[in-house]
Amino acid sequence: MNDLTPTREQRTAALEGMGCKRKRVEDIRFTQGRGNYVDDVKLPGMLHGDFVRSPHPHARVKKIDDSEALKVPGVLAVITAETLKTVNLAWMPTLAGDVQMVLADGKVLFQNQEVAFVVATDRYEADDGINKVIVEYEALPPLVDPFKAMDADAPVLREDLVGKTIGAHGPRKHNNHIFEWTVGDKEMTDAAFKKADVTIKEMISYHRTHPSPLETCQCVCSFDKIKGELTIYGTFQAPHVIRTVVALIAKIPEHKIHVIAPDIGGGFGNKVGAYPGYICAAVASIVTGKPVKWVEDRIENLTATSFARDYHMTTEVAATKDGKVTGLRVHVLADHGAFDACADPSKWPAGFFNIVTGSYDFPTAHLAVDGVYTNKAPGGVAYRCSFRVTEAAYCIERAMDILAQKLNMDPAELRLKNFIKAEQFPYHSALGWEYDSGDYHTAMRKMMETTGYAALRKEQAEKRAAFKRGETRDIMGLGISFFTEIVGAGPSKNCDILGIAMFDSCEIRMHPTGAGIARVGSKSQGQGHETTWAQIIATEIGIPADNIMVEEGNTDTAPYGLGTYGSRSTPVAGAAIAMAARKIKAKAQMIAAYKLEVHEDDLEFDIDGFRVRGLPEKFMSMKDICWAAYNSVPPGMEPGLEAVSYYDPPNMTYPFGAYLCVMDIDVDTGVYKVRRFYALDDCGTRINPMIIEGQVHGGLTEAFAIAMGQEIRYDEVGNVVTGSFMDFFMPTAVETPHWETDFTVTPSPHHPIGAKGVGESPNVGGVPAFSNAVNDAFSFLGSTHIQMPHDFWRNWKAAKDLGAVA
Amino acid sequence: MIPGSFNYHRPASVADAVKLLVNLGEDARPLAGGHSLVPMMKLRLATPAHLIDLHGITALKGISRDGGNVVIGAMTTQHDLLASEEIARSAPILHETALLIADPQVRYRGTIGGNVANGDPGNDMPALMMTLGATYRLEGPGGVRDVAAADFYQGAYFTALEPGEILTSVSFPAPATGHGCAYEKLKRKVGDYATAAAAVVLTMASGKVATCSIGLTNVHETPLLATDAAKAVIGTSLDAASLKKAAAAASAIMAPAADARGPVEYRKHVGGIMVTRALQRAASVAK
Ligand SMILES: Cc1cc2nc3c(=O)[nH]c(=O)nc-3n(C[C@H](O)[C@H](O)[C@H](O)COP(=O)(O)OP(=O)(O)OC[C@H]3O[C@@H](n4cnc5c(N)ncnc54)[C@H](O)[C@@H]3O)c2cc1C
Repeated sequence: MNDLTPTREQRTAALEGMGCKRKRVEDIRFTQGRGNYVDDVKLPGMLHGDFVRSPHPHARVKKIDDSEALKVPGVLAVITAETLKTVNLAWMPTLAGDVQMVLADGKVLFQNQEVAFVVATDRYEADDGINKVIVEYEALPPLVDPFKAMDADAPVLREDLVGKTIGAHGPRKHNNHIFEWTVGDKEMTDAAFKKADVTIKEMISYHRTHPSPLETCQCVCSFDKIKGELTIYGTFQAPHVIRTVVALIAKIPEHKIHVIAPDIGGGFGNKVGAYPGYICAAVASIVTGKPVKWVEDRIENLTATSFARDYHMTTEVAATKDGKVTGLRVHVLADHGAFDACADPSKWPAGFFNIVTGSYDFPTAHLAVDGVYTNKAPGGVAYRCSFRVTEAAYCIERAMDILAQKLNMDPAELRLKNFIKAEQFPYHSALGWEYDSGDYHTAMRKMMETTGYAALRKEQAEKRAAFKRGETRDIMGLGISFFTEIVGAGPSKNCDILGIAMFDSCEIRMHPTGAGIARVGSKSQGQGHETTWAQIIATEIGIPADNIMVEEGNTDTAPYGLGTYGSRSTPVAGAAIAMAARKIKAKAQMIAAYKLEVHEDDLEFDIDGFRVRGLPEKFMSMKDICWAAYNSVPPGMEPGLEAVSYYDPPNMTYPFGAYLCVMDIDVDTGVYKVRRFYALDDCGTRINPMIIEGQVHGGLTEAFAIAMGQEIRYDEVGNVVTGSFMDFFMPTAVETPHWETDFTVTPSPHHPIGAKGVGESPNVGGVPAFSNAVNDAFSFLGSTHIQMPHDFWRNWKAAKDLGAVA
Repeated sequence: MIPGSFNYHRPASVADAVKLLVNLGEDARPLAGGHSLVPMMKLRLATPAHLIDLHGITALKGISRDGGNVVIGAMTTQHDLLASEEIARSAPILHETALLIADPQVRYRGTIGGNVANGDPGNDMPALMMTLGATYRLEGPGGVRDVAAADFYQGAYFTALEPGEILTSVSFPAPATGHGCAYEKLKRKVGDYATAAAAVVLTMASGKVATCSIGLTNVHETPLLATDAAKAVIGTSLDAASLKKAAAAASAIMAPAADARGPVEYRKHVGGIMVTRALQRAASVAK
C-alpha cells in the first residue's frame, strides 16, 4: 500500500451510501425546468377533455342537451353516462369496495360532480363547449351534516343501494350507512370504565381537508385500435394498481395496457385512487381514435378529487387517580361523502385507525367506526399519513392532554407514566397490532431536555399570572405530541388491494463496467427515490450510488409493485431493494471466489469488494466482479449479474417521535405566532439525513396548515366554499414557522436495513402538537377542547366564549 | 379556470384607447396589470370580448411631483411604488401599503390605476387614497375630469367611471413634514386580502393629535373614510378612552360580509383594533 491508497473512510464516502447526505440527483432536472410531467406529454393529434360539473349538491338530472356544445368550433364529442353505458363504464369500482358514478347517472350527489365530458381540439374549446352544455336539474334536499345521515327522515342519497342491507364491510344500518367496523374487547373495556377513578369524554373532530399537491391530477390516454393497446400517462402513485384496475373494468388484456407515471409534482395520497377523468379520457380516446388529455384545474382538485380526514371521534379514557390509563373507548363517525372512495387496503374500512392506543400501554380498548354517506365529494384518502393514522394520532394525543388537565398533571409526566416501555417490545396492543420496536422514554426525555421544557412551563405560569393581572393580552401554549405511526403496508397476512398482496419489488441489473439500473415498484412523487434507492444499493453491494440509475413508474419495465403512499416505500420497496442487492452480492461472491481461487466462505465483503480473510492483499472490487460476470463466471453458472426481489414484509414498521410546539396567541385578534417547533423523529435506520430533514420540513408545514386553517368547508346547503387557495389555507414561506429537527435511532428488527419510513411522521405528529398548543394556551381560561382548525377568527371566538375578550 | 376568447388591442395613446372603448362599447375592458381582471376571466365571471391593453401608453407610467402634489401615472406598478425614493420620502404610507399587497409577482404586474379603478373593496389602495385626500384624473369621450377618491366608490365594483373613460393618474397632496402614518392590515397569509385594515395619517402638536384622517379597507362594500373616528382623537393624546371611542366610531360604520376570514362580528372587532393600532403607531412616528 502506498500513500495514494484510499482509506476505508474514503472508500466508504466514495460510495455515497446509507447515512450520506447525498444531494438529490433528480433535482438536477427539477431545478432546471427539465422534469417531464404529465402535462408535458404532447402526442400527435392529441385532444383535450374537460368536465361539465354539477352546481347542485343533490339533484336529479332530468336532461342533458349537448346540441349547442357540439356546434362550438373544435368540440368533437360530449360524453355522458349514456355513452359510458354502451361500454359498461358509467360506474366504476372504488378501492373501498363501493361503486362510484363516473358521470352523473340520473342523479348528482355532490357539488362539482362530473356530469359530462367535453372533448375538443384544444383546452379552450373544450371549456367553451362546457359552457354550452345545458343540463336540467331538479334539486333535492342536501344531506350535509354527517350526524344526521342516519336519521329516519334523512334524504336517500344512494338509490343504487336501496334495499342492500349488506355492504362491502358487513351489515348496513341505514341507506346512508356504509359500514360499521369494531375492534377490541367491549366487555373488558366497559368494565375498566366502571372501575375507573377518573374518566374523560370528548368529541374530537378532525375536519375535512385536502392533500392539494402542486400538480393536480391528470392523464393522457391513447388507444391504438390496430394493436388494441391502451397507453396511459398519468399522475399515479400506484401505476401497477391502475393497470390492474383498468384491465378489470375496461376488459382490455393487462399486457395491452401500458401505464406510465412520469415525474409527479406531489401526491400526498391524492393520486392513489382512480378518478372519473381517467376513465373518461380513456373512453374518449377509444371513441375518437386520438390521444386525449385531461388536466384538472385547482378548483376541481380541491372540490372533486379525494379529500382527507372528516372523522368525528368521540373519545373516552379511563384512568386511575394517579394517572395510569386503564381503558380507551372511541366511537368514530366517518364522513365519506357521496361514495366510499377511501384508498385503504381492502379489509380495512377505517384504515389502521386501531393504532389509536398510540404510544401508551392500554390494558384494554374498544373502537367502533361508522362510515356514512353525505352530499360531499367522495374519499377520503390518506393525506400524507398511513391509512387513518393521523386521525388516530390526533385523537389519542388530544385525549392524553385532556386527561392530564383533568388530573391536574403535566401532560409530559402523564405520557412518561403510560408509555410502552423499551423492554415491552415487540408489544401487542389492545387493538391488535404488534409494535416492532421503540424507546419512547429516551425520545421524550431528549425532547424535554433539548427544548428546556421545564423552563417553558415556568414561563407559561408567569405569563398566565400576568394575563390575569391584565398586563398582557398574549397567552402561551405548549403542545406536546408523542405519536406512534404504523406504516409499511403491508404483510400479505393482513393487507391487500383488490386482492393483490401489498408486497413491493425491485429488479437490479448490473452492467459490465460496474454501473447498473434498479427498477422499483414504488413511485416517487418528490420523495427522492432516485437518490435514496441508489444509496441502499451502494452500501449493500459496494458500487457508488452515482453509478446506479433508479427507474420507476413504467409498468412495462418496472416489476409489479403496489406504489408509494402510507410511508410504505422504504419499509417495503426499500426492503425489496436490499434483498435484490443481497442476491447480487451473493452471486458476486461466487464469482470473486472463482477468480481469486479460494472458497466462497474464505471471502469477506469489505466496503466495495471481496477480500480473502487473512490475506488482505487478495481483493476483488465489485467493479471488477461486474466485468467478470460477463466473461468469466465459474463453470455451470449463468453469465450476467441481475436479481429480482418481491418482498412481503413480516410486519408493519412503527416510527415514532416527540414533538413540541410553543405558541403565543393574541386573544384580541386570535393571531398566533409559533415561537418554536421542535421535532424529534425516530424512523429507525436513516438512509439520507438530508432527505429526512426535507421530508420532516414538508410534513410539518402541511401539519401546520391543517391544524391552523386548512379546511374543505361546506355551507349548510352543501355548497363547497373553499375552492381556491384564497380560502383553502396554503401557507407560504412567510407564514411557515422555523423547524428544529432531531432524532433517535431505534432500528426495526424485522426490516433488512432496519429502516421504518419517515415521509408521513411529521404530518401525523405535527397536527396534534399544534392543536395541543392552542388548547394548552386556552386551558387556564377553563376550556377542555377547542376544535380545529385554529384559524385567527376561531381563536378569537374561543377567547370570547371563555370571557377573555369583551 | 380557462377564459373565453377575446380580442386584444394595444393602443399607443390615451386618445386611441378611449376611441377603442367608445367604439367597442360595453364588451371592451381596459387591461392594466391583469391581476384582478384575468383571474375573473379565468372563472368566466368576466367575459370581455375586447381587452384594451394600456401597456403601450408610455404617458401613463411614472411618479412625479407637481408642487405640493404627488402625481402617479395609472400604469405605475406596485413594484415601481416600492422602488421610488420620492414615495419613500414624501408618502411612506404608500410604500408600506404597497408592500402589504400580495407578493412580488403580483406587485411586478399590478398597477395603482388598476387597483383603484377596480372597485373591489378588498383592494388596499382605495381607502389609502381617500385617507390621503387623493383625486383621480379620468379621461373619456367628454374630455378630462378630476374626481375625489372619496366620491369615486359607489358600491362593490361600481365606481364613478363612465363608459369610455380611463383613469390616467392619481394625485394627492404630500402629507405635511413630520406627519405620522401607519397602515395596519390583518390578513391570514401573504396573498390574502385584508380581514380588516386601517390607514392613518396624522400630525401631532405638543403631544396631542392636531390633524387626522382614517381610511378603512374591506369592511364595507366600498372603502370608507372614518371621519367620526378621526374627530374622536383630534385634540387628544391618544389615551385609552379616546382610542376606544375612535375604534367604536370606526366599527359603527363597518358592514363587512361574513366570509372565510370570519363572521361579521369578528371583522368589525378586528377592524376597530386595526384603527387603534394604526393610530398608536402613526403617533409614535410623528414628529
Ligand atoms: C393572489 C393575489 C392577491 C392579491 N392581493 C391583493 C391585496 O392584498 N391587496 C390589493 O389591493 N390587491 C391585491 N391583489 C390585486 C392586485 O393588486 C391587482 O393588481 C389590482 O387589484 C388590479 O391592478 P391591475 O393593474 O392588475 O388591474 P387589472 O386587473 O388589469 O384591472 C382591474 C380592473 O380595473 C380596470 N382598469 C385597470 N386599469 C384601468 C384604468 N387605468 N382605467 C380604467 N379602468 C382600469 C380593468 O378594466 C379591470 O376591470 C391581489 C391579486 C392577486 C392575484
